[in-house]
Amino acid sequence: MRSLQTPLHRVKSLGASHSGTGHFWRQRITAAALVPLSLWFAYVAIGLSGTSTSAPLQFFAHPVNAILMAAFVIISLYHAALGVQVVIDDYVHSTGMKIFLFLLVRLFVIATGSACIIALLRISVF
Amino acid sequence: MADIPQQPVAASRPLSPHLTVYRWPVTMMTSILHRATGMALTGGAVILAWWLVAISNGLDGGYQIFMALASSPLGMLVLFGATWSLAYHFFNGLRHLAWDLGYGFDKKLAERNSVIIFALSFASAIAIFAIVWTGHGGYLQ
Repeated sequence: MRSLQTPLHRVKSLGASHSGTGHFWRQRITAAALVPLSLWFAYVAIGLSGTSTSAPLQFFAHPVNAILMAAFVIISLYHAALGVQVVIDDYVHSTGMKIFLFLLVRLFVIATGSACIIALLRISVF
Repeated sequence: MADIPQQPVAASRPLSPHLTVYRWPVTMMTSILHRATGMALTGGAVILAWWLVAISNGLDGGYQIFMALASSPLGMLVLFGATWSLAYHFFNGLRHLAWDLGYGFDKKLAERNSVIIFALSFASAIAIFAIVWTGHGGYLQ
């Protein structure tokens, strides 16, 4: 079947959104990954509730638990950044403000994610 | 020659779909709540980071402070909101994935599923709080 894309479109591989379907697809892939990870997170959060500090320390010292938690944190925050971007796209119409808010959201998820990852590394490695 | 038609008068007719002209079907509510809970959970990531950092500070760190705040009335309210938001976003997210695969678009079915998702999300959040409250959590120590 002949492509309906114009030659320019094919060269730039972007649509009117300037990002093609990449954003949509990443949102779905991260969502699918978060289905089992969220269930695991709920199991862990309930399992560590009401415990003293040593219980979560020992739990996250185990590399499998630390890696699963890191995966939950990174994929959640990636999914969050993609989702908040859509909300900004929908409600903020000035380009300058839009770019500013995109950067702010990325700063937020990178800062929050870094704090989580460094905390997990401190517990499980150092 | 006839006059060039003027711009139509910005008139009393409705211009575009606007939230206030609709009654609120349950599916509209569930759609907006998906977004609202997503935004809330994004903010809630700070609590998760705080929890992990507090744990990583070790036995003398701020974990006790975190736990004291978490078990205060305001802390419980925030945590219940986060728990319900995650449960709701989880169940409605499953429905979104089903929609992406082409299932569940029938109007009556979508309305029924909206009610089920509401009920499931509240039931899950209340069940989780009941487990923690009655001391049945903490099985990972």
